[in-house]
Amino acid sequence: MAATESPRVPRPSVAPNAEAPAANARVRLKAVELSAFFGSSEVVKSISMSFRDREVTAIIGPSGCGKSTLLRCLNRMHETVPTARVAGTVTLDDQDIYARGVNAIEVRRHVGMVFQRPTPFPTMSIRDNVAAGLQILGRERPSKTETDHIVEDALRRAALLDEVSGRLKESAFGLSGGQQQRLCIARALATRPAVLLLDEPTASLDPISTQKVEELVYELRQDMTVVIVTHNMQQAARVSDRTAFVLAGELVEFAPTNALFTTPSDQRTEAYITGRFG
Amino acid sequence: MTARGPAGGVTLPPKPSDRGRKARPSGVQRAAAERTRTTIGRRRVVNVVMIGVTFVAAILATLPLIFILGHLIKAGASSINPAFFTEIPKPPGETGGGMANAMVGTLVLILAASGFGLPIGIGAGLYLAENRGTVIANGVRFLSDVLNGLPSIVMGIFAWQFLVKPMGKFTALAGGIALGAMMIPLVTRTTEEMIMIVPVSLREAALALGYSRWRTSLVVVLRTALPGIVTGALVAVSRIAGETAPLLFTVLGNQFWSTSLREPIAALPLQIFSFAISPYDEQHSLAWAGALVLIGIVLVISLAARFATRSRFGRGGD
Repeated sequence: MAATESPRVPRPSVAPNAEAPAANARVRLKAVELSAFFGSSEVVKSISMSFRDREVTAIIGPSGCGKSTLLRCLNRMHETVPTARVAGTVTLDDQDIYARGVNAIEVRRHVGMVFQRPTPFPTMSIRDNVAAGLQILGRERPSKTETDHIVEDALRRAALLDEVSGRLKESAFGLSGGQQQRLCIARALATRPAVLLLDEPTASLDPISTQKVEELVYELRQDMTVVIVTHNMQQAARVSDRTAFVLAGELVEFAPTNALFTTPSDQRTEAYITGRFG
Repeated sequence: MTARGPAGGVTLPPKPSDRGRKARPSGVQRAAAERTRTTIGRRRVVNVVMIGVTFVAAILATLPLIFILGHLIKAGASSINPAFFTEIPKPPGETGGGMANAMVGTLVLILAASGFGLPIGIGAGLYLAENRGTVIANGVRFLSDVLNGLPSIVMGIFAWQFLVKPMGKFTALAGGIALGAMMIPLVTRTTEEMIMIVPVSLREAALALGYSRWRTSLVVVLRTALPGIVTGALVAVSRIAGETAPLLFTVLGNQFWSTSLREPIAALPLQIFSFAISPYDEQHSLAWAGALVLIGIVLVISLAARFATRSRFGRGGD
C-alpha cells in the first residue's frame, strides 16, 4: 500500500486541477454572507463562496472552526438543531434555498449529505436502504422494477455493487464500516442530487476503505458538485479541485487546491498547512 | 514490526529503587509486604462471599415464580380438561363446567385495553422524546409517573363514576378503557426511553434524505425502536391481564357467553375471585386452574409478540 502522503487516486493525464480549474465552470451552489449561530454564538461568520459544477471543493480547518456547520447550512440541516439560526443566503442554481416558501425537505432532496459515521437504517435491507430516499417521492415514486434499477445503478456508482450483489435483501448491518459508508453514499446518490455534501466521510474508516471512498469522490465529480469537509489535508489535496481554509468561523482563503497548498497567500493558511497549529 | 523500548535495547542502569531488591528487606518493607498479603487475602474472601450472596439472591428472585407455578399445577392441573376450555361455569354445587367465557372475555378486554392504551401511550412517548426539555413534556412526564402509581382500585372507581354511571350499565368497554388507562403511563415511558436510545445520527440521516420530521419519526425512529416498544407494551399487557379491582367496578363479570363490548363480560381474574371465595371445593379447584391458565395466557402473548417482532435479520450486531 502506498504511503499516506502520496496521491492514491489515479489522476487522468489531463487532470482539470493539474493547473487552475477551468474558470468558466458553472456555479451550482453559492453562499453569500452566510452566517450561522447556535443561540447567540456565531460559528460561521459571513462566509461567501461558490461551488462549481463538476468540481470537488474541500473545506479544511482545525476542529471546531465551523466547517461542518458551514456544510450543514448548504442543505438546511443546520436549522434542525434547537436554537440554531442562519443568516445570509445560499443559492442553488440561482434560487435562494432560504427564501420564503422554499421547503427545506425539497432542498435536501437536491443536496444530498453523507455523515462522518456510517448511518445505515438498521431495520432495512441493503436494497431498502439505498431506495429509502425514493420511497418518499409520493406520486413520482418509481415502480418496483425501476427502483431495482436505480438501486443497482446507485450501488455501482458507489463502487459497492460487486461486493453486495446477491445479498441485497440482507441487513445493512452485516456490512463492514467502509461498505456501510459507501452504502450511505449510494443512498444519497439514488435520488440523483445535484450536489453531494460529505462531512468527514472517512474519519471513521480504515485506510483501504478510505482509499475506496476517495476514489469514489473523484469519480463523482464527473457529473455533480461535491463538497467535502475533511480534517485530513492530504485527503483534500488528493481529491479536491478547490480548497477552502476556514478558521474560527471565517473563510481565510479559498483557492485552487494546488495553489492553496503550494503558494498560500495568507500567513494563517501557510501556518496551518505546514502544521504549526490545528 | 517489533516494538523497541525508548533506550533501543541498551540496558539501563538500575533505578535507585531497584537497587535494594537483592538486599535483605528492611522492617518497613516486610511490614508492607505483610499488609499486601492480608489485603489480598481479605479481598479474596470478600469476593467469594459477595458472589455467594448475589447467587442466593438470584435464586431467591426466581423462587416465588417456581413455587407459585408448582402449587398451581398441583392444585389446578386436575381440573384442566377439554371441558374447562370449552364450557361455561356450572351453577354452584354441580360438578364440571369450565371458564371458556372468562378466557375469551379476558382476551377481549386485553384487546380493548390495548386498542385504547397503546396508540395513546406510544403517541405520548413519541411526543416526550421529540420535545424533551419543554415545559409541557416535563409536565406530561411527571403526571404520567403519578398515573403509573395510581392504585388500580382508584382507576376502577373513576371508570365507574365516569363511564358506567353515565351509560347506565356495566360494560366490557368501560373495563377496557380502565385497563387501557393503566397501560398508558407504562407504555409512554418505555416508548420515550426506547426512542431516546435511537442515535441522533440516524434521525439526521433520514432528514438529510429529504424525510419530513413526522416521517423520520414514524418510519426511521419508531421502527428502529419498535422491538423495545413492543416489549414495553407486553409488560403493560401482562400487568393488566391479571387486574381484578378495576373490573369489579366496570365489567362486573358474566356467567354466560358474551363478547360484546356493550354488555357485562366475564374475565378470568373475576371468575377466579368469585370461585375462590365460594364454599365449594370443586370451584376452588377450578379457581386454581383458572390462575394457571391466566399465567399461561400471559406467557403465550409475550412469546408470540417476541416472535413476531424478532428482527428480520437476527440480532444484527456491529
